[in-house]
Amino acid sequence: MSLFFAYLSVAAALLSAVLALAADQRLGLRRLAGVLLRRRPQALAWADGAFAEARYADWHRDSLFVLLGLAGVAAVLAGFAALAGGAVLTDTLPFGLPWLKWHVRFDALSGFFFMIIGLVLVAVSLFGPGYVREFESGKHPLAVLGFFTGLFVAGMELVLLADDAFFFVIAWELMSVASYFLVAFQHEHAANRRAAFLYLLMAVIGAMAIILAYGVLAAFSGDFTFDHFRGLKLSPTWASVAFTLGLVGFGMKAGLVPMHAWLPEAHPAAPSHISALMSGVMLKVAVYGFIRFTFDLLDEVYWQWGLLALLLGTASSILGILYAMQQTNLKRLLAYSSVENIGIIFIALGLALIFFSSGQTRLGTLGLVAALMHCLNHALFKSLLFLGAGAILHQTHEPSLESLGGLIHRMPRLAIIFLIGCLSISALPPFNGFVSEWLIFQTALQTGNLESGVIRSLIPTASAVLALTSALAAGCFVKVYGVAFLGLPRSRHAATCREASHKGMLAGPAWLAGLCVLLGIFPTPMIEALNVVTGQLVGDGLPGVSALGWLWVTPVSPSVASYSPSLVLLAILLTGWVCYQLLYKRSGLEARPAEPWDCGFGGLNARMQYGSTAFSMPIRRVFAPVFVLEETIEEESTGPAAIQTTRLHYQLRVKDKAWGYLYAPVSAAVTWLSRGASRLQTGSIRTYLAYSFFTLLILLWGIS
Amino acid sequence: MAWLLALLQTLLFIAAAPLLAGWLKKLKCRLQNRRAPSLFQPYRDLRKLWRKEPVVAHSASWIFKAAPYIVLSTTVLTASIIPLIAVNLPTARIADVVVLIGFFALGRFFLVLAGMDIGTAFGGMGSSREMMVSSLAEPAMLMAVFTLAMSASTTNLSEAMNYVLHTGLVLRPSFVFAMFALMLVTVAETGRIPVDNPSTHLELTMIHEAMILEYSGRYLGMIEWASQIKLMIYGVLIANIFFPWGIAQDFSLQALGYGVLALAGKLIVLTVLLSLSEAIFAKMRVFRVQEFLSFAYLLSLLGMLSHIILEVQH
Repeated sequence: MSLFFAYLSVAAALLSAVLALAADQRLGLRRLAGVLLRRRPQALAWADGAFAEARYADWHRDSLFVLLGLAGVAAVLAGFAALAGGAVLTDTLPFGLPWLKWHVRFDALSGFFFMIIGLVLVAVSLFGPGYVREFESGKHPLAVLGFFTGLFVAGMELVLLADDAFFFVIAWELMSVASYFLVAFQHEHAANRRAAFLYLLMAVIGAMAIILAYGVLAAFSGDFTFDHFRGLKLSPTWASVAFTLGLVGFGMKAGLVPMHAWLPEAHPAAPSHISALMSGVMLKVAVYGFIRFTFDLLDEVYWQWGLLALLLGTASSILGILYAMQQTNLKRLLAYSSVENIGIIFIALGLALIFFSSGQTRLGTLGLVAALMHCLNHALFKSLLFLGAGAILHQTHEPSLESLGGLIHRMPRLAIIFLIGCLSISALPPFNGFVSEWLIFQTALQTGNLESGVIRSLIPTASAVLALTSALAAGCFVKVYGVAFLGLPRSRHAATCREASHKGMLAGPAWLAGLCVLLGIFPTPMIEALNVVTGQLVGDGLPGVSALGWLWVTPVSPSVASYSPSLVLLAILLTGWVCYQLLYKRSGLEARPAEPWDCGFGGLNARMQYGSTAFSMPIRRVFAPVFVLEETIEEESTGPAAIQTTRLHYQLRVKDKAWGYLYAPVSAAVTWLSRGASRLQTGSIRTYLAYSFFTLLILLWGIS
Repeated sequence: MAWLLALLQTLLFIAAAPLLAGWLKKLKCRLQNRRAPSLFQPYRDLRKLWRKEPVVAHSASWIFKAAPYIVLSTTVLTASIIPLIAVNLPTARIADVVVLIGFFALGRFFLVLAGMDIGTAFGGMGSSREMMVSSLAEPAMLMAVFTLAMSASTTNLSEAMNYVLHTGLVLRPSFVFAMFALMLVTVAETGRIPVDNPSTHLELTMIHEAMILEYSGRYLGMIEWASQIKLMIYGVLIANIFFPWGIAQDFSLQALGYGVLALAGKLIVLTVLLSLSEAIFAKMRVFRVQEFLSFAYLLSLLGMLSHIILEVQH
């Protein structure tokens, strides 16, 4: 049953791609309908109406997303069926090479990630129709957007279904290439073209690493199917080579530091609902690839791998959030925050690897569950925030935080939805982001069970960095919310914008916000469902997670740690209500509106508030060595001895250090090498003849 | 019965918090050769604030009005999960010490948003600085708490205190480091000198006060009360985690009475220390705070490492 829904979902996504292309041919379709319905004049009249230009536009737009929504629903059902049933289904599809059909396997891990795709896809398909209306009058046909969106979704789902290396890589590349076209969709801007090219380049390098990683396994097993990879005994060296290649390949797609440079460029360049899919879902598919490769295909794990993943994860989380905090472009900020969250997921995976390698299966399982929970949670709140950012962009046409402000008065409903996203991503109780970070802390605290003193002291340090990260994340999203939604509007657009008129543009994010709250308050059923995943993957689960009942989370045992988000929420609401009754209702004093006090200064205007750059200044100063800061102040003065300043211009650019240290040298080396190679091409016929002559000579010598 | 006792303990906690603030003020005044107001002055202040008509700026949104309720209720909730005069109460299970830090973060999130809501320069300044201080203090606090949690192998506060009670008075270097780190964090998080000055209204030096500048009436009362409770929470944490002796282990009247007395004694010692340090030190520049907090972080890291190196037997 689960596999049927999975196929249905893929088919719906592919169909939406085809339909998008077909639907672009309005006149052709009309003629086709004319031919088909020749005998039935009534139907023909109806078709004429439907294909009239004005109505057709609505049809066209909605048709792009109805099938995507269907694909989403089917994916969620497939996920539920896989998690509930716990069966592993396999199949072969009659495609691929003559001797290697496409092998399909649908287990609980695939099902869980199918569910992630589905939940976000439902939100995107609700949000999309309103959002893409803007592109209709643009230069680029919607058909392109719809076609590649469909392919992109189908590619991600096929990656989850693949059970042989060949099929996996094809699906992986389908996903990468389709998303490249989506990033390049608005290619009239040079920055977008550059971002798309960088993305493609990194995708190619990453895919190369993945192919090589599978190559190592295939060379030793002599076959491409995952079934032959499982249980393959590799020497520690070759296993480590395969793991490193896998980590580089999947880590590049997931955006681990220092391979993250493409991510903050590419994700904001795409249309917002695609950004939501890329940040919320595609990164999770990369994490899926890593989990599948490391925990399922590789037979044994080593603690050094865990340490590597832990270090990369820690670096990604702290650098990601520090850079995120310094961004003024909202979508770019969200993209950097994805780097942070992927880092958090890899911290959990690294902990899991360390525990598994030292034989602590139960604790390793706890780390794995924490990582999977954070995958789901991040998919929900990051997609929510990207869709919210899309709605803001759509209504105000201002990408920068510095020109927003006061949106809570103009868009009250979006403000509530976005607030839930900010609270969740800041890992605050009782929302969902907190649950997974809490699980990671609980995993990290079990290090007393490890033998090696070095690891025992490294893990708490990593968790302290995680603590710093979550505190900074709260600061970052306070900044986002405070600058965009609160205060006074900083531009005319922000002052006059309105709530999105298309209902779906609120319904999509609201659906995700509801899930964030639900998963935050009742996480236990979801964690229990993950027992099926870990049971299939590593043969263990967390049996004690609901030892105190389903309202409580007790990852290890009730005496070690327990948390009951529902009671927490109840207590907060109850206390708040009592305060409200005692202090407000009984006194009956209404608040008197007045001018802001502001220490009596008065005469406030919007430019006097703290903006995004100002808010993050203390953090910028404290962590100054992390950034490349370019700060310029231009001053124009008049009067005798230039004493009177008439105009001040302040410019700040915060650049990623990875560029200077890693990318620039690599790019310089490539340029240098190609310069050297180009010396061969002198342009004179005699040199080329000499090349041919010597080649021939060497070949003859070789043969004889 | 246990739940009722937990409720009573929470009520005692939040009722005693202004008294602690009054006592602290009295000590400080004595040290500065000033005449002190009555011990019960904070209660009078709160009552006055609750009876006054609040004034709210035109540009305020619902966040501004909701924030005090959220801040107060998260603080009360935090107070309810900390063992005050008795351990083994059922409320300690609702949330562990990591969640406790999360509650503080939740309250702060809304307070900082409220600071930015009106759109004044001071509000944004306070909010920005508060986020800097708290984001540096939070990891130091977590590390200190983790040291304890790793020794006791639990993050449940009540269980951890039981652990310390049952192992008896052992000098653990890790606990000494962690305690000093927690003390420094307390100074930063409750906005005391030398990080922030609760009684200043000098525009450029204030942090917490700048954030709540626009509040008045009952809203201000709630925030003041919440920060008094917060001060008491940190005091009780230090007192009961590192010196849990005297806390009631069963629910007999006599044990509870001793618990109250022991707690009062411990808090008196801590407040004397705090007022002494406030009298001795001057307020730091804002960008010296990071050094202060990285020192706290270093201390808790040392505590953690000394736990791992010196105290774990294999």
